[in-house]
Amino acid sequence: MPQKITRDDVAHVADLARLALSDDELEQFTGQLAAVLDHAADVEALDVADVPPTSHPVPLENVLRDDVVTPSLDRAEVLAQAPAVEDDRFRVPPSLGQEP
Amino acid sequence: MTESGSRRGADEGGTKQWELVVGLEVHCELATATKLFCGCPNQFGAEPNTNVCPVCLGLPGSLPVLNRQAVEFAMRLGRALHCTVEPSTFARKNYFYPDMPKDYQVSQYDQPINAEGHLDLPSGQRIGIERAHLEEDTGKSTHVGGGGRIHEAGHSLVDYNRAGVPLVEIVGRPDLRSSEDAKAYAAELRAILLATGVSDAKMEEGSMRVDANVSVRHPGEEFGTRCEIKNLNSLRSLGRAIDYEARRQIDLIEAGERVIQQTRHWDEADGRTHTLRSKEEAYDYRYFPEPDLVPVVPSAEWLAEVEASVPTLPAERREAVAEAAGVTPADAALVVERGLDGLVLAAIAAGADPLRVLTHADHNLAVEGADALDPRALAELVTMEADGALTATQAKTVLAEMVAGGGSPAEIAGAKGFEAVSADALGDVVDGIIAANADEWDRYVNGDDKTRGKLTGFFVGQVMRATQGNADGKAVTALLEQRRGG
Repeated sequence: MPQKITRDDVAHVADLARLALSDDELEQFTGQLAAVLDHAADVEALDVADVPPTSHPVPLENVLRDDVVTPSLDRAEVLAQAPAVEDDRFRVPPSLGQEP
Repeated sequence: MTESGSRRGADEGGTKQWELVVGLEVHCELATATKLFCGCPNQFGAEPNTNVCPVCLGLPGSLPVLNRQAVEFAMRLGRALHCTVEPSTFARKNYFYPDMPKDYQVSQYDQPINAEGHLDLPSGQRIGIERAHLEEDTGKSTHVGGGGRIHEAGHSLVDYNRAGVPLVEIVGRPDLRSSEDAKAYAAELRAILLATGVSDAKMEEGSMRVDANVSVRHPGEEFGTRCEIKNLNSLRSLGRAIDYEARRQIDLIEAGERVIQQTRHWDEADGRTHTLRSKEEAYDYRYFPEPDLVPVVPSAEWLAEVEASVPTLPAERREAVAEAAGVTPADAALVVERGLDGLVLAAIAAGADPLRVLTHADHNLAVEGADALDPRALAELVTMEADGALTATQAKTVLAEMVAGGGSPAEIAGAKGFEAVSADALGDVVDGIIAANADEWDRYVNGDDKTRGKLTGFFVGQVMRATQGNADGKAVTALLEQRRGG
C-alpha cells in the first residue's frame, strides 16, 4: 500500500504547477487527491507479475516521417497571437532563477 | 602542457592531495533538414520566429511525428560511441520556463535510444558513456535590461526557431580527472560528431553545448558534492571553468565549509562561476510518458544499415597511423584531426620515411588543399630530403608549391634552382668560411657551450649565404663539429 498523500505533498505539487492555493483549498484537494489515489491503489492489489509493461496504449511502433521541409507559419500571424511582442520575438516576464 | 595547469586545483595548497572529478553532459544538434517532430526547417541564424508551426509552438490540437533521419543519426552516433541501441520511448519533462511554449520538453527518460558505451581519448584513456538519448531543443531567450545577465534581467524575448530542433544528449561518466582530459574528451566527441556527419558540432553557434559536473575529493574517497556548470561556449571556457570551480570547492572545504550541490553559470568575462540555483530548489520535472508518440523499436535490418553507415572513427584512424609510422596514437592525433591520415598512410606505403612524412603533415600541411596532394609525389619529396638532395627548408618550399599547383618535386626543385651541394663541395665551403673568420673559429673551438651555440648560428648563416641557401643546416653543424674535433 503506497503512502497516503499529505498536505505538504499537495502544496509541493501546487507550487510546481504555479497554483496559489488557500489553506482551505489545500485541505480540500488533499482529501480529493487521496481519494483518487486510493482508487488507483486498487490496481496494486492485482497480481501483474506475468503482465509485460505497456509503454503505450496503442499497439503501434516506429511511426516516422521523412526529413522533408514543410511550410512554416507566417510570422505576422504568429506574433499577432502573442500578448506582447518586441523585436519580432515573444516578450515575456523575467524568469529569475527558473531556467531549467 | 601550456595551459595554466590542469592539476593546479589538484596539487596546490593543503597538506593532502586533491583529486578533481569531472563528468560532461554534451548536447548536440543533429544535422537534419527539419525539426524533430515537425517539418519546420532546422536552420541556424534565420529571422526570429520564422521557422515555427503549430507543432513546435505547442498549439492545441497539433500532434508530433518523429523524424526518421534524426532517429538514424542518433543510432549512428550511439554505435560510434560503442553504445547498444535499445527500444526507446519518449517522455514529457515538465517545467515552467518560457523557452518551451508547451511548458514541457519532449525527451527520453527511462528508455533512452542508446545505452552504455565509451569513448577513447587520444591518450588511450577510456571514458564511459552512460547514455545518449534523443530530445528536442528549446527556444532561445534573450534577457533584456540589467546588463543582459540572467539574474538581473528586466524581461526576456523568445525566439522559437530552435524549439523542436533535434538534439542528442550524451551523458558521460565521471571518469575525467583534469580539465585537460575534459577538453580532450569534448574535442574527441566533436571529432566523432563530425566524422559521423550527425552534427556540425559548432560550440560557438551552440550546436554543441557542454555542461560540466565538477567535484573534488581525496584520492580513494567517495565522490564529493558536485556542482553543474553551464554556459561553456568553447573548449577554453570549459578548461578555465573546471579549474576555477575545483579551486573554489577546495578553498571552501579547506576553510571548513561544505560544497552545496547547485547549478552554476560560467562568466567568461570575470572568469568565475556564479550560483544559478540550488539543487534543493531544483525542479521536480514530473516526467511522464509522452502519449502522442509511440515507441521506437528498430528492426535488425535497420540496425544493420546504421551499423554500415558508421565510418572509420578517429581512434581507429590514429591506431592505423601509429602502426604504420611506429609512433604512439597520441603522436598521430594531429594528422587525423586534419584529415591527412589517408595521405600519410599512402605516402608511407609508397616508400617514404614515416617520421619525415609525419613531420611534414604536422608542421607544413596545415593548409587548404593539403589532403589532395598526390601521396607518391609526397613520398618522392621525402625521399629526396632523406637522401640529402634537398634541405629541410627547401623541402618545405617545394611542398608548398606542390600543394598550391601540383607537380613533381624534382621539377619544382629544379625550377627553383635548388641544387644539392655535394658533401665534398660543402666541406670546401665550410673550410673557406672557417679560414675567413679565424677569430670566431677560435672562440667556437675554445669557448663554452653557450658561446659555441651562438657561433654555430653564425657559421651556418655564413655557409647558407655562400650557398644561396642550398646547404643543409644539420650537415653544416656536423661538419663544424668534425672540424673542431679533427
